[in-house]
Amino acid sequence: MHAIAVEGVWKYYGDYPALRDISFTTAPGTCLALIGRNGAGKTTLLRTIAGFSRPMKGKIEILGRQPRETATRRDIGFIGHGIALYDELSAIENLMLYARLYGIPDPRRRALEWLEKTGLERVRDGLVREFSRGMRQRLAVARAFLHEPSVLLLDEPFTALDDRAIAVLQRLLREAGSKSRTIVLSTHQLREALELATHVALLNRGRVAFHGECTAEMAADPGFVYARYGEG
Amino acid sequence: MATIATPEVTASPVRHAGSGASALRQVFVIVAKDLRAELRTKEAVNAALAFAIMILVLFSFAFDPAADETKMFAGGLLWIVFAFAGTLVLNRSFARELPNDCLDALIAAPISGAMLFLGKALASYVLVMAVELVALPVFGIFYYVRWYDHFWQMMLVLALGTWAITVVGTVFSALTVNIRLREVMLPMLTYPMLVPALMASMQLTADLVNGKQIWGPDFIWMKVLISFDILYTAASLALVEIVLVG
Repeated sequence: MHAIAVEGVWKYYGDYPALRDISFTTAPGTCLALIGRNGAGKTTLLRTIAGFSRPMKGKIEILGRQPRETATRRDIGFIGHGIALYDELSAIENLMLYARLYGIPDPRRRALEWLEKTGLERVRDGLVREFSRGMRQRLAVARAFLHEPSVLLLDEPFTALDDRAIAVLQRLLREAGSKSRTIVLSTHQLREALELATHVALLNRGRVAFHGECTAEMAADPGFVYARYGEG
Repeated sequence: MATIATPEVTASPVRHAGSGASALRQVFVIVAKDLRAELRTKEAVNAALAFAIMILVLFSFAFDPAADETKMFAGGLLWIVFAFAGTLVLNRSFARELPNDCLDALIAAPISGAMLFLGKALASYVLVMAVELVALPVFGIFYYVRWYDHFWQMMLVLALGTWAITVVGTVFSALTVNIRLREVMLPMLTYPMLVPALMASMQLTADLVNGKQIWGPDFIWMKVLISFDILYTAASLALVEIVLVG
């Protein structure tokens, strides 16, 4: 069974096809770097895989199930452009809220565990609105990993992160990879992404221009994929 | 189609409580979250309460509160105030999820659209009821209305009428959450839908403040109100997933 199977997916915004006949599969344990210029369709593809919107045509399966099934949603961790945390709640209240929604036994213990992992245990009772940007981002990472999802969908996760948050995220992603969890991350920060990626997919105007293993050439020269398979 | 070779698929290592949190528990998690957030900011309740009291006080100067005619339209006035004040609370229902893209996280979470809607509606219901329960004595004082003569009947009408406002308002709050002019769109969509429920609530309230019981000849309005609540709750629960995800 594939971790993610995307087959003939089309998505339109009005008359504009944001995704055109996208097909690919990823195996469990894969870390797929989804790259492409602005407007290539990376965010739309990730959001459609995550089940935030339905494709107009084609189908998507995650671990053999539809994205909107409740059981599938338990297996997905998502980081989007926003941190998805409530400013008026404290760090621990935010994490406990999501722990409860995901049906995690002993939500408080799990929340404390993740606050410690992300270096936020000392500010656990502080309101999120009082946090610095870096702290908010680390808390967002804790929120996405809290339920230990099998599939992680990360939309530009390194953007605007401080050094500490990048280190925390990279460590967690390596740990997730070592546990055979599947990671799809869209990014413009090729160097950070290709350090982690086992595979690369290049999107160009809504189509998959390249999809394959991350080679030594790509890791050494992040611009290689664009130069070879990009729109030129 | 490109295919990548693979190790074994692993299920999520999290051990969930049974099949996960029960739907009911998830509803109360959403209710508690919304109420806690509102209690800390008080942005919706303060605005709704100030609006309700101000309108009641201003209209008491416009009409002679002691006149019999005033008693006749007091029920109508009260429910117009409740509907307008309620919209101020309901505008915040899903809009509260917009900062930091929290709505995405809720849609991604293993909670059905129906349970999310129910949680949101119940939280708004508590807030709108709280505003109404403060405004009601103010209404009694300024309009010389003995609203408490049939106290439990009044509470029943209040509960059913408020649920009608809340359920319609919450579903349109979800529908308009991503629209730039949602503060304008919400009342424009909500009030026409609410006409039958507001008419019933106004008629029943007018009966009660004029000393009549709701079990009399106007009981048909109670049936209208109950039917409205059941119908719109069922329709909202069935349709909200489409509203949220498309």
